Amino acid sequence: MNTEATQSVYGEQIYKESKDSHTLSILVDNEPGVLAKVIGLFSGRGYNIESLTVAETDHDKNLSRITIVCTGTPMVVEQIKNQLGRIIPVHKVSDLTIKGPHVERELALVKVAGRNEDRIEAIRTAEIFRAGVVDSTTDSFTFEITGRSDKIDAFIKLMLPLGLVEISRTGVAALSRGKEKS
Amino acid sequence: MSTNTSIIEKQEKEEQKTNNMIMSGADMVIQALLDNGIDTIFGYPGGAVLPIYDAIFQSGKIKHILVRHEQAALHAAEGYARSTGKVGAALVTSGPGATNAVTGLTDALLDSVPIICISGQVPTFLIGNDAFQEADTTGITRPCTKHNYLVKKIDKLAETIHEAFHVAKTGRPGPVIIDLPKDIQFAEGTYKRPDEIKYDKYQPQIKPQESQIEKAINLIISAKKPVFYTGGGVINSGKEACDLMTEFVRETGFPITSTLMGLGSYPANDKQWLGMLGMHGTYEANMTMHDCDVMICIGARFDDRVTGRTDAFAPFSKKIHIDIDPSSINKNIHVDVPIVSDAELAIKALMEAWKKHGGNKNKTELENWWKLIESWRNVKCLSYKNSEEEIKPQYALERLREAIKGRDDVFVTTEVGQHQMWAAQFLPFNKPNHWMTSGGLGTMGYGLPSAIGVQTAHPDALVIDISGEASFQMNMQELGTAIQYKLPVKIFILNNQWMGMVRQWQELLHGERYSETYSNALPDFVKLANAYGGKGIVIEKPSQLDEKIKEMIESDVMTIVDVRVSKNENCFPMIPSGKAHNDMLLSPSAEEIKNAIGAAGKKLV
Repeated sequence: MNTEATQSVYGEQIYKESKDSHTLSILVDNEPGVLAKVIGLFSGRGYNIESLTVAETDHDKNLSRITIVCTGTPMVVEQIKNQLGRIIPVHKVSDLTIKGPHVERELALVKVAGRNEDRIEAIRTAEIFRAGVVDSTTDSFTFEITGRSDKIDAFIKLMLPLGLVEISRTGVAALSRGKEKS
Repeated sequence: MSTNTSIIEKQEKEEQKTNNMIMSGADMVIQALLDNGIDTIFGYPGGAVLPIYDAIFQSGKIKHILVRHEQAALHAAEGYARSTGKVGAALVTSGPGATNAVTGLTDALLDSVPIICISGQVPTFLIGNDAFQEADTTGITRPCTKHNYLVKKIDKLAETIHEAFHVAKTGRPGPVIIDLPKDIQFAEGTYKRPDEIKYDKYQPQIKPQESQIEKAINLIISAKKPVFYTGGGVINSGKEACDLMTEFVRETGFPITSTLMGLGSYPANDKQWLGMLGMHGTYEANMTMHDCDVMICIGARFDDRVTGRTDAFAPFSKKIHIDIDPSSINKNIHVDVPIVSDAELAIKALMEAWKKHGGNKNKTELENWWKLIESWRNVKCLSYKNSEEEIKPQYALERLREAIKGRDDVFVTTEVGQHQMWAAQFLPFNKPNHWMTSGGLGTMGYGLPSAIGVQTAHPDALVIDISGEASFQMNMQELGTAIQYKLPVKIFILNNQWMGMVRQWQELLHGERYSETYSNALPDFVKLANAYGGKGIVIEKPSQLDEKIKEMIESDVMTIVDVRVSKNENCFPMIPSGKAHNDMLLSPSAEEIKNAIGAAGKKLV
């Protein structure tokens, strides 16, 4: 949670409101333009987006799930959810952060180049983080790591001095815990 | 035997039916429009919509009004929709046709007007090729429509149009554009009727929650300083909703004020009516809002023109907000009792609950509240200094008000600016759907095309576009449309030779440096009207007003009235930007206003 000064919509007062990170799970029709509508909403209304994943999840019903991590004051997050709900091909918007326990996972590919000690240290660290090797040459590794975003952040931080070349991250995918639908 | 014959007959009938149902995409458009109750469409032809224009020509079933610019087609459709409560329809070509329509679509989005716009598109195999007159219409219109479609398969066409109508008029109404490539207009397919389509995709909540109604009514019956604050949502909900609301407001005896969009939903000649609220609203309406203890907001959205400074907005009040759009709730102002519902259903539920609880028992407090409101009324905030030499714009509108008194077939549209605010302050709005103005977007040039749309729907009514000389020029090419279709619209120009509202802000906020706001090289409006074959009237002295207004009303052709009004008149009362409701300025003293607006307020629009 961080505190930031925001300008009131129409006034001179400066409010201090806390901003929280929320994970939203959005079920949409898998049709052209839906993603553009969702993203356009965020840029058009000035909302923050931290991570976004999207893919088809139900081929028969032609549905995709979009998972968005966004930040904002409680009032802004409420607005984001309501504005998303207005988009016609959006079926359902769930705020997993408010709804209760949920699992969040992210996958990253991390390429590290190095020799000797660095190379050994990289593979040792990868073992600790349960990252697998998906590509290997005599002077490089590409690791695949899955987990919460902060775990991936930590892994990347450790790889930095060991010859980190580049990273590709998928963004967060999430579902609620238990038998109910998200 | 007899059953057999009947089966064969039935089969033959079915076959015939299906045969009739096979048609070209262009014919489907016409059929779908007719099946959705559209008999009039405003549009402009072009290469990418030629098949549809051919179908219009051959079917002869749809009345097409040819505008002079696509923006006007959309505004005319808005005027048509708002004055009838039906869906308005427009037809434009690809590329520039669609981009010209964007302003009208955005206007309809912000004012929640149900519009179907069909735009032509280059054939599917050319999309993305930078073809002649190609524009990414769905991309461009994404943020300025309620929803948009690009139809790439003929099988999807009929159901897309039906769904578009459902989306445009269900829930909070809005504009929907259907982008239709030319090859699809030529392609043949099977037509589906509206009743063959399922609309399970979009079903917004329209019924109020019982528990929220209970919470609301508890606030209402215990209120000591209540006020109704209502908006365009009540008018969109329908005439029933307006009647019910009027009944409920009278039953409660509470004061009521409306937004610019809500004017007409409650009769303005009623004693409980406080006038419009907001930046140029009445003193009594704004003071009542500021001091109230319970605010009942129905179908309004706490727009910045209404709230003024948000942290000082009605600081002592509990707020009930009824809106069909959940995203309108808690957007600008935090409310205590949100009710997501259609206005009519919510008012009905509130009325029943009110009766069940036996109404509000705080008789003395309510009397005192009214006494306070009367004292604010006595300030007479709309008074102005009249003159015998020059025409004050307010006086011109007062004389117009007198001239149309008692008539219920008068529709008023406006452009945007000072004249719009004066019209809202001085003209009587006693019925819904008789007042058409661009509220949310503030589109100069809205009034004339909108009036054309209104007059098309109501050929015998008196339709007046209250205008300013600057706004009028933004869509004055539509004079031709009015003449072509014998639409006797009246354009009442309050001509002060300035972009008045901008000039007012320059006077108050920018040290009277009037940068580019003088209306130079104005045409002779009388000659302009004559050039098109209409009537032109000029009014130069206050004493001529009555006679010339009568002449205008009696005219049976398009008529421009050039009212030469006072050049320096400013629009008051006014809540300066960044100020609260109780910080209203009544006097036209510029010095006072300069001091009233702080540096931060200056940055606001």
